[in-house]
Amino acid sequence: MTKYTEDDLREELKTKEYEYGFFTDIESDTFEPGLNEDVVRAISLKKEEPEWMTEWRLEAFRAWEKMIEPEWANVTYEKPDFQAISYYSAPNTKPKYDSLDEVDPQLLETFKKLGISMDEQKMLAGVAMDVVIDSVSVATTFKKSLDEKGIIFCSISEAIQKHPELVKKYIGTVVPRTDNFYAALNSAVFSDGSFCYIPKGVRCPMELSTYFRINQGGTGQFERTLLIADEDSYVSYLEGCTAPSRDENQMHAAVVELIAMDGAEIKYSTVQNWYPGNAEGKGGVFNFVTKRGICEKNAKISWTQVETGSAVTWKYPSCILKGDNSVGEFYSIAVTNNHQQADTGTKMIHLGKNTRSTIISKGISAGKSQNSYRGLVQIGPRAENARNFSECDSLLMGNDCGAHTFPYIEVKNKSAIIEHEATTSKIGEDQIFYCNQRGIDTEKAIALIVNGFSKEVLNKLPMEFAVEAQKLLEISLEGSVG
Amino acid sequence: MLKIIDLHASVEDKAILKGINLEINAGEVHAIMGPNGSGKSTLASVIAGKEDYEVTQGDILFEEESINELAPEERAHKGVFLSFQYPTEIPGVSVTNFMKTAINETRKARGLGDMPANEMLKMIREKSEMLEIDRKFLSRSLNEGFSGGEKKRNEIFQLAMLEPKLAILDETDSGLDIDALRIVASGVNKLRSDENAVIIITHYQRLLDHIVPDFVHVMFEGRIVKSGGKELAHELEEKGYDWIKDEVNA
Repeated sequence: MTKYTEDDLREELKTKEYEYGFFTDIESDTFEPGLNEDVVRAISLKKEEPEWMTEWRLEAFRAWEKMIEPEWANVTYEKPDFQAISYYSAPNTKPKYDSLDEVDPQLLETFKKLGISMDEQKMLAGVAMDVVIDSVSVATTFKKSLDEKGIIFCSISEAIQKHPELVKKYIGTVVPRTDNFYAALNSAVFSDGSFCYIPKGVRCPMELSTYFRINQGGTGQFERTLLIADEDSYVSYLEGCTAPSRDENQMHAAVVELIAMDGAEIKYSTVQNWYPGNAEGKGGVFNFVTKRGICEKNAKISWTQVETGSAVTWKYPSCILKGDNSVGEFYSIAVTNNHQQADTGTKMIHLGKNTRSTIISKGISAGKSQNSYRGLVQIGPRAENARNFSECDSLLMGNDCGAHTFPYIEVKNKSAIIEHEATTSKIGEDQIFYCNQRGIDTEKAIALIVNGFSKEVLNKLPMEFAVEAQKLLEISLEGSVG
Repeated sequence: MLKIIDLHASVEDKAILKGINLEINAGEVHAIMGPNGSGKSTLASVIAGKEDYEVTQGDILFEEESINELAPEERAHKGVFLSFQYPTEIPGVSVTNFMKTAINETRKARGLGDMPANEMLKMIREKSEMLEIDRKFLSRSLNEGFSGGEKKRNEIFQLAMLEPKLAILDETDSGLDIDALRIVASGVNKLRSDENAVIIITHYQRLLDHIVPDFVHVMFEGRIVKSGGKELAHELEEKGYDWIKDEVNA
């Protein structure tokens, strides 16, 4: 290989099929496409929900009907036909299993392809899994050791049945049903998701981990996650995503709500690797996510995300720093290649005194992709001595991609100190040649340079996730520089 | 070890090298001198395989095989090392991590497994001591915020770690103070053996006082116009390049 021509590049991309692009044919219980009040009621009924939950969903639906899909993001795509989506799909093999032996072997096969075979996961000390395939949780492990500490970690459907008082009290308090178009839609039709409650003063002894996965063709997925860390508790939560390859665009509109009470700390890490569409920009997941956390006094919420997948990403994990001395952090790596578009960032809303926030965003664009950082730092009138530091770095590969930064800063208190740093750089031929000369080929050189660029954020991920994330970065960018 | 035959190379259709002939045997040190713009650094880049340069005529043989068509990393795997005049920065990648990757990629190309961690550590310890490099330096991002002298010393550290057969030092002396020059030179001298060869590209005599060359070549307008022993370097230092130019033009 003397040089890397356009043809080589094209060839490379052709052979680089989506790693997790398979489709498991599991007998499913799927609703007819379409959305109206009856469908919302049917979802609620299917999940055997109490009356208040059904009403809650219906109110969300009525609000959604009056809303319009937002267009301010720096992304262009053909808007989904919301009447052409099926709003419920659950594996038919019920009820839940006590052991893996009882699980549908085909399902286990799916897990294996994902590289998260339950056996392996069970052995992986310290990681409890709550696996969501399509919409219904099918396996939960490590439940016992969590039970001993009084930690609740289950599907949100189960929580609605078993812990209605907690769900009723907190759901929709951080992300109101009318917050935005997608959040309203999610509130009306959410299928499943995770629920977690950490009692006062408890330090969760293991990383809590959930794998979400879209499986059935033509079904959207609407997860709902509610995580409550009671006073002085601590939890680290991992969320990893893969989806099989489909030709039509798949809609994904999740809502995640975090509640960190006085002195509590929540660390929320995401690796998102959904199908980005093919090299021509056909197919791929639409990822419209609302993630937000609220910090009470002395609490801390830390978001870390590695976003490599999806055709279109619209996502702003945010922190409301309500309590005095509370801390919000956002660490992000967003990679776009081929025709991917990402508009992602965060909102740090400083309401309490001495609140602090840190934003580190690393955007990597390759191919014909567009990568935007959009962030809001808002300092309220009572937020004395609030402090923010933001750093937004963009790395460009090739000449056809774009990197954009949209920082918004609103300060209503004179004592605030806000810093914003931004850089844009391009992987240079000199850097590549330097690596080549030391015996490192171009692919590896890019991986090295990108990992170096992303290091500040990768370092924030829990160990087992960091390794996976590094691999993902390499896979996502293979063949992206000529 | 290295045989360059009638080498012509150009960049963007501009001819830079116009017929270089050079033969270097194992155990030898060759110095290439010459005025600015004579093509010295281009020659170094062409040997290393930089794609910006097009070889229009001639051949480069390394251990009797043509390397003209090989990618830069393949030449590196064969044992060609270039100490850069202007080493590039790679933010977030530590010197240690970079070295580890370079060594293991080279081993992989040679059909070997990764170097065991304890062996690598031992090697890093030895080589960094030899070049009087502070251990903290090795955890810093490659060349980022390095002083001119630190960059050059880091290049020689990499040379020591990779143990190439042919080392090309492209103006390694520029930006070095006298102490650093002495350390770098003594490092290169310790690495010299009957098995390897060194090409030193420089403007000045001073590095050659420390690393004594077997041969000195003078380049001018893309050709080697004069070759001699180490005394030629002294002559150049005294008289400058003008007399060479006059000789060529005469």
